[in-house]
Amino acid sequence: MALEWKFTAKEIAEKPELFMSGHRACAGCAPATVHRLILKAVRGPTIATNSTGCMEVTSTIYPFTAWKIPWIHTAFENVAANASGIEAALKILKRKGKLKHEHVDVIALAGDGGTFDIGIQALSGAVERGHDFLYVLYDNEAYMNTGIQRSGGTPLGAWTTTSPAGKKIPGKPQLKKPIANIMVAHEMPYVATASPAYWIDLLKKARKGLEVEGPAFLHVIAPCPRGWRSDPSKSIEISRLAVETCVFPLWEAIDGEYNLSAPSKVIALRPERKKAMEEYLKTQGRFRHLFTPEFKHIIGKIQEVVDRRWQRLLKKCGMA
Amino acid sequence: MVLTTQKGPRAIALNGDEAVALAAKQCDVDVVAAYPITPQTIIVERFSEYVHDGEVDTEFICTESEHSALTCCLAAAAVGARTFTATASAGLALMHEILYVTSGCRAPVVMAVANRALSAPINIHCDHSDSMVERDSGWIQIYSENSQEAYDSIIQAFRIAEHQELSLPTMVGLDGFFLSHTLENVSVLPDETVRKFVGQRQIPLVKNHEGKFVPYKLDPENPITIGPLDLHDYYFEHKRQQEEAMRKALGIIRKVHDEYAEVSGRRYGNGLVDSYRLEDAELVTICLGSTAGTVKTVVDQLRAKGVKAGLLRIRTFRPLPVQEIIKALQHVKAIAVMDRSCSFGGSGGPVFHEIRHVLYDSNIHPHVVNYIYGLGGRDMSQLLVQKIYRDLARILETGKIDKSIKFIGLRE
Amino acid sequence: MNTQEKKSWKEIPMAGVCWVPSTAYLTGDWRTYRPILDSEKCTRCMLCHIYCPDGAIAWKAETNEMVINYDYCKGCGICEVECPVDAISMKLEGEG
Repeated sequence: MALEWKFTAKEIAEKPELFMSGHRACAGCAPATVHRLILKAVRGPTIATNSTGCMEVTSTIYPFTAWKIPWIHTAFENVAANASGIEAALKILKRKGKLKHEHVDVIALAGDGGTFDIGIQALSGAVERGHDFLYVLYDNEAYMNTGIQRSGGTPLGAWTTTSPAGKKIPGKPQLKKPIANIMVAHEMPYVATASPAYWIDLLKKARKGLEVEGPAFLHVIAPCPRGWRSDPSKSIEISRLAVETCVFPLWEAIDGEYNLSAPSKVIALRPERKKAMEEYLKTQGRFRHLFTPEFKHIIGKIQEVVDRRWQRLLKKCGMA
Repeated sequence: MVLTTQKGPRAIALNGDEAVALAAKQCDVDVVAAYPITPQTIIVERFSEYVHDGEVDTEFICTESEHSALTCCLAAAAVGARTFTATASAGLALMHEILYVTSGCRAPVVMAVANRALSAPINIHCDHSDSMVERDSGWIQIYSENSQEAYDSIIQAFRIAEHQELSLPTMVGLDGFFLSHTLENVSVLPDETVRKFVGQRQIPLVKNHEGKFVPYKLDPENPITIGPLDLHDYYFEHKRQQEEAMRKALGIIRKVHDEYAEVSGRRYGNGLVDSYRLEDAELVTICLGSTAGTVKTVVDQLRAKGVKAGLLRIRTFRPLPVQEIIKALQHVKAIAVMDRSCSFGGSGGPVFHEIRHVLYDSNIHPHVVNYIYGLGGRDMSQLLVQKIYRDLARILETGKIDKSIKFIGLRE
Repeated sequence: MNTQEKKSWKEIPMAGVCWVPSTAYLTGDWRTYRPILDSEKCTRCMLCHIYCPDGAIAWKAETNEMVINYDYCKGCGICEVECPVDAISMKLEGEG
């Protein structure tokens, strides 16, 4: 894959804001940063589609729209089907000489609810059919738009309004679904994880996902200060900590071949650089109940899961 | 392969599903997205053959569900493509959410529905439960009496749906198995005639966020935002627009039907309602779909005996042609409304609701009774239709209705 | 600042097509803390521009300046936290 393009900070700053100011996302919303950055990675004419969710709602409160590029939302569980239909239409209209553009890229954006849970069927179908589009999962690890309910993307132990920190059950008892690995299992051409803190990595992966022929899946960790009970000013810092603690390692799988991305590779090569996972948990009120004598053992469990998944990843990347 | 490249029309033995697939092919659809379900499946099978044999240039998306099938059509239509899908029963029910989104987005998707019962218990045979559920979904609904009409209606549906002033999704019903799987001589038009009739996809203009009037499609040169969050301040206004488009559709359906009649020589009443021996009729049944064929036979038998029997078939159920219905029933004294679906716990079936309601404010007040019939494919025989007319005659004679809502063809 | 006269159903585009850019909706009044940029300290690294969820910090190439647009800045403070040279400080609105 050719990587001729460069994303220097100034080049990025000079690119137009295709995701415009004036949207109604909360202060400190990392998904909003992710949307801005993804749209800075486009290579030409692009159509975007969102599933129902925070970013759909906050970017298009009628009659206002934050989308400078053509955009459509239809429902919650079907953003990959939107992308399929758009891509098929572009293909046939081009074949019939009814499309002005040589090529139009298609980006589907959805949160964790719209991807891990209700949208996984449409996503799996679209990827199996091989539509050419980039799917961006902005993962804030719960149904934030409806008021912080647990999803398949919510991690072990996290408080949400449907996995409350109760006296008996302290937060979510189940693990986070390994969605990106599930997508790799589809034998799709490109799957990657990203964090807005590592913005060059994010932009490059988004661009790769657009350039690859066929479906591409980009899983982006996107802290939500409201839902994570975290300081709005720390959203980017937390998305960095997630990588530094190996809670959310950065990697890409090109045609099924896993490779660690630089920020995580550094940790693989110098394990002493791996930060203590508690540092990450402490930044977020959703894990506060775990810092009690009664539930401290859950932190140990979380660490086990993080370590186990990190080791598996290292094996896949040939770095174990 | 169906030879339709000849100059004039040609009669071919086709079942309803095949007739629909052929019509969609002749309309040069850009994107078809569908999922198999009995009794619609033949439509997608035939269409797949057209695609795989290179007889039509269409992107055919075999989706993983009906929900995605309709979503794909909606999204493709939003890019400016002509789109088609087909489903039945549970498939239509699974589309339910997206039916509303499609009409709300004013995406002119055309869909064939091979009408079938809804579960449970599971049943693959004909009734109208599936599409009646969707009568408020903002889709135009046309019900066909036979495979010929299914063919003709699909062709008309593209012109109606894509009309600049409407941009409304359109559903064409054909009774499962009775039409979908039954061979019939269908007169088909030459490809060229159909293509000319449907023409290119029309796209209305809208004002976008850059203050420009641009085509209503996802076009990088003229960006628009479709499907926003619409709150209490504007949602109501958008729904009012949909209602207005539905009202306008009455005239446009008639007009398209007239123009099609010029090309094909075939008419189905005025395109909205189709009357049979109704001019001086006193006893009338009102029904939708293939049952009309059986009723016509019985009407002829009764007429031969001097009974003033008639039939009013509602071809276009949405939008409901209120004035045409009232006009058609002017001389009628007793009406049996036949419903092939049941509104559980309601006051009769959905067609009955409409007819009685329409008559309430009209200048005529005939007796109106309701027959729920044919659920799950139960046959509606001539004997049963004869019984209905006998009931009507008795009502007229005595002026009394013992029971206004009845089940017919059911073991009590 | 964000009020608009409501239009009738006859006046608006069909199907809920948006006809106003979000930039016409100002979110600056959400702010409690105001980011103040010290141009002397600023190295023009662009990180504040890159990380801002609201696209409220722009770089003016002609003058090589970072400009905070207070019409949109919601005061989240990400720019302050991420600034590698402490060129941004958050001040309570209405104070110094």
